[in-house]
Amino acid sequence: MPKLPIYLDYSATTPVDPRVAAKMIPYLTEEFGNPASRSHPFGWKAEQAVEEARAEVAALIGADAKEIVWTSGATESNNLALKGAAHFLRGKGRHLITLSTEHKAVLDVMRELEREGFDVTYLDVAANGLIDQERFVAALRPDTILASVMSVNNEIGVIQDIAALGDICRARGVLFHVDAAQATGKVDIDLSRLKVDLMSLSAHKTYGPKGVGALYVRRKPRVRLEAQIHGGGHERGMRSGTLATHQIVGMGEAFRIARLSMAAENEGIRSLRDRLLTGLSDLDAVTINGDLERRVPHNLNISFNFVEGESLMMSIKDIAVSSGSACTSASLEPSYVLRALGLPDELAHSSIRFTLGRWTTAEEVDFAIKQIKESIGRLREMSPLWEMHQDGIDVNSVQWAATDKPGEHHGL
Amino acid sequence: MGYSEKLLDHYEKPRNVGSFAKDDDSVATGIVGAPACGDVMKLQIKVGKNGVIEDAKFKTYGCGSAIASSSLVTEWIKGKTLDQALEIKNASIATELALPPVKIHCSVLAEDAIKAAVADYRAKHGSGQSTEKSYPMCEPLV
Repeated sequence: MPKLPIYLDYSATTPVDPRVAAKMIPYLTEEFGNPASRSHPFGWKAEQAVEEARAEVAALIGADAKEIVWTSGATESNNLALKGAAHFLRGKGRHLITLSTEHKAVLDVMRELEREGFDVTYLDVAANGLIDQERFVAALRPDTILASVMSVNNEIGVIQDIAALGDICRARGVLFHVDAAQATGKVDIDLSRLKVDLMSLSAHKTYGPKGVGALYVRRKPRVRLEAQIHGGGHERGMRSGTLATHQIVGMGEAFRIARLSMAAENEGIRSLRDRLLTGLSDLDAVTINGDLERRVPHNLNISFNFVEGESLMMSIKDIAVSSGSACTSASLEPSYVLRALGLPDELAHSSIRFTLGRWTTAEEVDFAIKQIKESIGRLREMSPLWEMHQDGIDVNSVQWAATDKPGEHHGL
Repeated sequence: MGYSEKLLDHYEKPRNVGSFAKDDDSVATGIVGAPACGDVMKLQIKVGKNGVIEDAKFKTYGCGSAIASSSLVTEWIKGKTLDQALEIKNASIATELALPPVKIHCSVLAEDAIKAAVADYRAKHGSGQSTEKSYPMCEPLV
């Protein structure tokens, strides 16, 4: 019997690796100096720790340490990248491109830029969650200044072809931003080869602490940003504010461990994910959401038809997962990512995201499979839709009294 | 999101799950909601010759609050006349289960399921007008 509850929500956040926590603690108590203090050893030691961490973050993604700007997390990095670049390039053009399946930390920034007068194209993805390159090229305009595409999708784990999209952008003189919050430690990133200008990074998705992240800002060719936070001119003026030494040290150590262990770790996680998939695949009426091949090994997003996601999560209460069901949010709208794949609302309501990580065990996966199967059985026995399905009635052919017209209530 | 003990009890041990025989003349069925909205409730009532609801069963596709709300109303309507059953309002369901504001629509759906089942019974037995229906849409009622 594994220790309960079981955590299968590693894409929401990860525990801090104990090695990371151990390295952070002295910077709270003993080495507490302000890295900006140039006049005494307290400051020098803190600065040295910050620079070592900067080098580690850069090393994981094939960048130069000078290209790393510390932030409070990927949300701030996305804000700095998109607003900073758009504001700087305002005179050159006003068109921006992104995907409809991006994280809200990109989409909401784009909405804000629209309010400021920018024009944003939200590209739809194919049914497998991937962007069609021809569609991307067709969206480019003479006044396009910036494109933003995530590396790994947070809900379905699919990996966009960043290399190809970067080539397209560079050839057209368009700045290319990549939200890599879900990618570090999961996919190989080599910015010495990729034509990416800006990349958002998060510590807490890669076994580092919450509250710290970074933005990669390319130096050759040089990318210029307008700062969004002023006051003191830290981080070469791009992001003012006293550096959180302990957080930064944690991110550096987390990214160092990721660089050294990711190859072997990902294979182990892949085999556990496949074990989970195999264990669940003999259930009737289940659908895998998103491309299964071009996907990080950590993610499995499944719709269990005729069972609502939140009630399934309540039922498997010893297992921590996420759902694309509306009932997990205040909006009552099911996941916009799953809807963008063309999934009918009822399958979006029935989806569960399993994300595995560094400490997931085969025993935990087996326990999860058993509990999910029992719950699906119980909830389907309770489901009028399952009853119809068993009676050979196509649920989609029924005229539902409360069916709303598409788009009427669910606007993004 | 923290749920009340009563809600969890109804969710974990739902009362009166199931279906009655379709050809039973004393049985009426109300189905409300839609799969696209994330909840569908089927409520069946078995009505005696004296007009009293003798038994009730439900099946629900939906969140825990929707399941608990339907389970609760099957308990509440048993032994009531059709008119008495129609007096059950969503607010009392929401209060009994301490539904959070975002789940109030589940109690509205349960009230509508009673109305729909009673209307079905009355339509089958030609006794009076069917009740006015007010189906909720897929949007929060907060």
